[in-house]
Amino acid sequence: MNQVSIIGGRERPTAGFELYAWLFMRVSGVLLLFLALGHLAVIHLYHGVDQVNFALVAARYRNPLWRLYDWALLTLALVHGLNGLRMLVNDYVRRPGLRVFSVVVVYFLAFVFLLLGSYIILVFQPPATG
Amino acid sequence: MNSEQPTLRSVMRGLAQYRGGVGQWAWVLHRVCGLGVLLFLFLHILDTLLVFKPAWYDAVVVLYHHPVFRVGEVLLAAAVLYHALNGIRIILIDFYPGLTVHHRRLFYAALAVFVVIFLPGAYLMLKPLL
Repeated sequence: MNQVSIIGGRERPTAGFELYAWLFMRVSGVLLLFLALGHLAVIHLYHGVDQVNFALVAARYRNPLWRLYDWALLTLALVHGLNGLRMLVNDYVRRPGLRVFSVVVVYFLAFVFLLLGSYIILVFQPPATG
Repeated sequence: MNSEQPTLRSVMRGLAQYRGGVGQWAWVLHRVCGLGVLLFLFLHILDTLLVFKPAWYDAVVVLYHHPVFRVGEVLLAAAVLYHALNGIRIILIDFYPGLTVHHRRLFYAALAVFVVIFLPGAYLMLKPLL
């Protein structure tokens, strides 16, 4: 069905949507390595979960660069993760109707969570200080 | 067999019977960790939505101080770190096919880097419990 070639033992798509999806997973994967591990280092090692509260979120979001960082992390992680889920569906859901339904659910989840996450990052207004 | 809908049991039996060695288990763990991180990402977007109700946000994030959630935090960090390091291994093999013959060695290298980063990180995250 899909065009694939085998180079060095690993299958890869050679054209079309699947090729771009394959490339996206690798490019976003490298970016997420820095963004996701950076997020864990800042929130979980530098601050620690004990310090995470509304005041910390408000303080971070007074700086637009943290919003940009979080939005890049949000969109790349969601699209990377949901494309991964789409690959799992393609591998494990074989009944035709259920398969189409599952792929529709994946796209629906992508739409809803991108919207919710972007809404928080773009709309949230920290209270004025003092 | 191929056209039948796989069940969890048939997938597990297939994994146990297929003798793919190190590469097979690296791949299984990559999928499991990726799916786990995606599920947490959904939860994380939903909990962050509460910043629009500061009192609710503060009431919910204290849950993450509970020992059960701290262990979950360490598991999440482990999943992200493994997925990231094995992802580098996949990318290296994809773009430098000559490395395919060294895929086991690359896996053990990824595990070594994992241990070096994970142990101090886990210690810092669990320190409040010790």
